Amino acid sequence: MTTTTSESEHQVRRTAGLVIEGLGVSLTGSHVDVVDDIDLVLKPGEVVGLVGESGSGKTTVGTSLLAYSRAGAEISSGKVVLEDRDVLSLPWKEVRKLRGEEIAYVPQDPASALNPSIRIGKQLVELQQLRGIGTSESRLQAARDGLTEVGLPSDDEFLRRYAHQLSGGQVQRVALAMAFLPKPKVLVLDEPTTGLDVTTQKMVLDTMAELCRTYGVSALYVTHDLAVVANIADRVAVMYAGQIAELGPRDTIFANPSHPYTRALLDSIPHLSQARALKGIPGRTPSPGRRPDGCRFNDRCAFVVDRCRTEVPALRTVAPEHEVRCHRVGEIGTWDINIGTVPDADPDRPREVILSVEGLNVFYGRKQVVHDVTFDLAKGEVVALVGESGSGKTTISRSVGGLHKEWTGSLTFEGRELARSARQRSAEDRRRMQYIFQNPYLSLNPRLTIEQIIKRPMELFGLAKGKEATDRVVELMGQVALGPQMLHYQASRLSGGERQRVAIARALAAEPDVMICDEITSALDVSVQGSIVELLEGLRLERGISMLFVTHNLALVRSIAARVEILQAGSVVESGPVATVMDTPREEYTRTLLSNSPRID
Amino acid sequence: MSAATTPGTASAGAGATGPAPESFFRKALRQKRFAFGFSLTLAIVVFAVVAPFLSPFGEKETAGPPYSPDGIFGTDYLGQDVLSRLMHGGQSILVISVLATLLGMVVGVLVGVIAAYAGGWWDEVIMRLNDVVLAFPQILLALVVLTALQDPGAWVIVVLIGISHAPRVARVSRGVALGIVSRDFVVAAEALGERRSRVIVAEVLPNMTGPLLAEAGLRLTYSIGVVASLGFLGFAADPGAANWGQMIFENRLGLQTQPWAVVAPVLVIGIFTVATNLMADGLAQASQKGD
Repeated sequence: MTTTTSESEHQVRRTAGLVIEGLGVSLTGSHVDVVDDIDLVLKPGEVVGLVGESGSGKTTVGTSLLAYSRAGAEISSGKVVLEDRDVLSLPWKEVRKLRGEEIAYVPQDPASALNPSIRIGKQLVELQQLRGIGTSESRLQAARDGLTEVGLPSDDEFLRRYAHQLSGGQVQRVALAMAFLPKPKVLVLDEPTTGLDVTTQKMVLDTMAELCRTYGVSALYVTHDLAVVANIADRVAVMYAGQIAELGPRDTIFANPSHPYTRALLDSIPHLSQARALKGIPGRTPSPGRRPDGCRFNDRCAFVVDRCRTEVPALRTVAPEHEVRCHRVGEIGTWDINIGTVPDADPDRPREVILSVEGLNVFYGRKQVVHDVTFDLAKGEVVALVGESGSGKTTISRSVGGLHKEWTGSLTFEGRELARSARQRSAEDRRRMQYIFQNPYLSLNPRLTIEQIIKRPMELFGLAKGKEATDRVVELMGQVALGPQMLHYQASRLSGGERQRVAIARALAAEPDVMICDEITSALDVSVQGSIVELLEGLRLERGISMLFVTHNLALVRSIAARVEILQAGSVVESGPVATVMDTPREEYTRTLLSNSPRID
Repeated sequence: MSAATTPGTASAGAGATGPAPESFFRKALRQKRFAFGFSLTLAIVVFAVVAPFLSPFGEKETAGPPYSPDGIFGTDYLGQDVLSRLMHGGQSILVISVLATLLGMVVGVLVGVIAAYAGGWWDEVIMRLNDVVLAFPQILLALVVLTALQDPGAWVIVVLIGISHAPRVARVSRGVALGIVSRDFVVAAEALGERRSRVIVAEVLPNMTGPLLAEAGLRLTYSIGVVASLGFLGFAADPGAANWGQMIFENRLGLQTQPWAVVAPVLVIGIFTVATNLMADGLAQASQKGD
């Protein structure tokens, strides 16, 4: 529970904004809490970032503001007070009216928010009819104004379009316009920019922040992306395992994080400005019902003492507006942003080229998607392929890996020409180049056990058999930080991060010289991303494995790669050592990408 | 991603330390439909299997005058005991249906999965040929061949029904397989250079079991229907032997005097069809919930 000081602050602000008090959501039919003890105030015109990893309950909190809980869960306690009315205890009819009209929601997937068979203009007008806003004449004009506000064209041609005729960013901005049309008082945004390119993301975020400030709307921005929060939020609430771990003004959270979890999170994210060595958080987020006693972070915390395991910490105010849920908040010293840099990013190091790509053109049917791409990869080096969606980065990596056959050009591996598809290459070439996929939920056969999955490349390439192979599997699992007890687990029982580790172990089982990593961290939480990057860096130093690292995240490039190729529409626009390209970009496109990327520093 | 607070991911996250996942069969048994259909099917199978030991009369033994009400279900047009014939008649129909279903499933699944996995031109050719076979009504194909053959054995019926199932099964399994062959773990196996047959057997097929089991249940239902219809139309494997379909045909003239001789086989066919269908439904539901 909050201290008395924050309780009295609630009283003062109750006239405006939204006040959440002691909110709890539990699984239906049991007393297992999904989230509990949430106290939060959204002031008018303020954007509050609600940050957390998968399973932290941040989306649950977001939808609770609309008195909604997903199937299987129910709002069990607390109040959500908007202008002296408790949203949670209002009759159903009034809640319906309130949703959208006073508290609006922008979902994660914009495409699902728009009806694919109704024209954009009609949807905007219909929304007002439903709410009884304006007159039949004024509605169309209001629709146009709404579109203009979010920076979209408002001519008849645009109003006549269907959702599929818009780009992802446009759809998200239409969704934003729809949310703003009834002039809501509170806006809940659930990761509205996930899946958008940085340039589009920046546009959507700027539009949102501006509208909120202009109309005095209180916004709750739910996300896993700390970098985005650092750019748009006024205050930040960090959630862990269903509770708010730390709450404070943005600058305080990023400069002086006081909860060990917040610090660990910040230690796991890459920065644009320096080649930061990343650290992951060991273990996994406990799911509802499996959360430890005492402080919920105690099993993963570096500062844990006996008290943390028995006594539940309260949210304590350590500075004005800054609340932390930790027993040892005064004892653990201050946080140092500097956790060291990746040691080996020296651009002048001699390079021993192992793989070179020359004049690569890739086609899908008659359509050419990659144009004349040339680059090479040296031993023990990480080269990053960076670009927005549609830039051809994955296509290039798939062609190099032999998963896509329709390409021309030359691909040389240790001086030997490689065949187009993996099947045409020799077993030795296939073994020495391994591909790791973006989505670990799709890349492992859910019916096989971890042992079977990791063992297979060894059997296939005749590296080890039977007992010996099993021993190697256990050893590899140790290297990727998976316990041997998982040997006989089926892949479907693992979390995303654990699955990706299995996928890496499978690649390592073939004892490769080159690993092609296709956005391998983009489906994972930041703390998991941090530990995967840590792991890859270790492997590179230890085994001298070269990596082709495909990503859209420029900050991540800084922490992992030595060289970078910036791609736009299937061509390389700029390439070179990471430090050079990122500190002194020559091309306009690189500069735009860099300036649009959300930055923390 | 943040939608991670859905029950699916929550339980997946919890799974690592939880008990081993239930077997598919046990999961299916918790479906009321499946449990009910399964026990009914089992009862009828037992009913047929115990015929040689428990039936009051032999298969072709005369029990009394024709169309008399003696015994539980009375006698038929030749004075044979209806209950005994019903029990004896079950075996052949069950064996033929199960074998035909198995054959149809194996051929159909192979064709469908290969078409889906090969893709492109191969897929087109295989599936269009498949459509040609599919164009024949199931029973017509069997009738044409049976009329042409002098003395068709039981295996001919098995093959005919199996073959007529195959294109239907192929369509379904191709659809299921299409969703699997594009997944990254299949691509990963390709990249490692696994043999194509192993990719199909080890990577694709295990992920199709749920929908395929459901399809098998459905096909079994159809098999029973077709076998019974063929018997009714006079194309039983052994004309003198008891056969549910044939019994309906033989005794239809006595429907007014001794209705049980017709109604009893109709009832068992009906019950069995409903039971296998419920089983198929239950399996489909369980496989949807699964993973």
